[in-house]
Amino acid sequence: METPRHWRLKKQRYALIGEECPHCSAKIFPPRDVCPECGLEAKTAYQFSGKGEVFSYTTMNDAPAGFQDHTPYSIALVKLEEGPIVTAQLTDLGDEKIRIGMPVEMVTRKLRNDGDERGAILYGYKFRPVL
Amino acid sequence: MKLLRPEKPVGIIGYGAYIPRYRIKASEIARVWHGSAEATPIKEKSVPGPDEDTITMSIEAARNALARAGIPANQLRAVWIGSESHPYAVKPSGTIVAEAIGADVSISAADFEFACKAGTEAIVAGIGFVGSGMAPYVLAIGMDTAQGKPGDVLEYTASAGGAAFVLGATDEALATIDSVYSYVTDTPDFWRRQTERYPEHSQRFTGEPAYFKHIGNSLQTYLDETGTKASDYNYVVFHQPNAKFPQKIAKEFGFTKEQYAAGLLSPQIGNTYSGAVMLGLSAIFDIAKPGDRILAASFGSGAGSDTFSMTITDKILSRREKAPLTQTYIDRKTEIDYAMYARFLNEIALR
Repeated sequence: METPRHWRLKKQRYALIGEECPHCSAKIFPPRDVCPECGLEAKTAYQFSGKGEVFSYTTMNDAPAGFQDHTPYSIALVKLEEGPIVTAQLTDLGDEKIRIGMPVEMVTRKLRNDGDERGAILYGYKFRPVL
Repeated sequence: MKLLRPEKPVGIIGYGAYIPRYRIKASEIARVWHGSAEATPIKEKSVPGPDEDTITMSIEAARNALARAGIPANQLRAVWIGSESHPYAVKPSGTIVAEAIGADVSISAADFEFACKAGTEAIVAGIGFVGSGMAPYVLAIGMDTAQGKPGDVLEYTASAGGAAFVLGATDEALATIDSVYSYVTDTPDFWRRQTERYPEHSQRFTGEPAYFKHIGNSLQTYLDETGTKASDYNYVVFHQPNAKFPQKIAKEFGFTKEQYAAGLLSPQIGNTYSGAVMLGLSAIFDIAKPGDRILAASFGSGAGSDTFSMTITDKILSRREKAPLTQTYIDRKTEIDYAMYARFLNEIALR
């Protein structure tokens, strides 16, 4: 179990909260307190809209520990409306085929258990086709 | 005076629905357990995806409700979730939902449990919180991923979904709440012991001594105490464990199909337990006009029923489109077979 790490990351994971640079207005995700665009300090919390599009994707048939029960599943690079690209699972695809440029929106879902089914349930962002 | 009526008038300022994408046909469940051609209580039911539970579904409904309410989440003073499928036995669902929607730390967060009426229970408590002046806004949610033992009659209907409501002062409300009546007895119709995975029910107790007696008494008392009659309401919504029970109680009280059809979702999505009356209300709010009066009666096994009425205001017109309509979630569907359903619900042991 890694309780402290998951507890520390909950804001960004549950609600896609990153940072906005007070100097150059760049939107930053994941939050890292230093602006990757201008190199100055950036600690202002910023709530991303959760809207974006699939930049690229792949399908996982051989999953890492904790995710095996859900194979096959798709992982995408999602380009957020505000600029940053995040890696996340796609969900609720139903019969829809994934395509590059597909509009997606953020939802908060179960990611996995911390350890086995006795551990905490870890929640976080995934993306689905726009409703 | 049997009615529950707050000192300050209270209304609903935002509402939001959530129904998962997946559906299984009742005929598919009948095929697996009984062969074909058995009469089924509904057409199809919603099934949660493998990464969904009461917490994730509550988060989406709450975000929809806040979008319609037009208030920031940090103004809420309570986040209450009614469900009989809280993911944890110990650790409140409300804590995670509150964090995810951006609520402040100065809140009350609690999980309500009263079988299928846990959602309206949270609304009733919220009316008290807001109506006493203790809090400006309360978020009350009814949400379930209902359990039905494979092969049991409940498996046809036990489904997933629910809705969230933001309660606040009537000057901001899209619907004002008139009053509430709550009726409770000790009735052994349905239960689930602490560590059991599936509920038990005592067959014929489900109908007359449980559902019909409690909703009947709750509704009759409410009508008597308020001096109103069935024809005074434009819409009515009842707890809907199947398609038959709510239509039977509607007819007994003289409600017409025009009054109950909009809020009757069980034939298409099943019994969402704590979410059922809440979703029916959300579907009614999606089409109601200012001035319309709505009557709602929940039922929770154990057993009890809450009846309350609301009057729609003109604020509904500008808020309705600020979040997805209930019908949008009903129409977004992917049918799955029993094998995929069993996999989604973790019925297949992999280790």
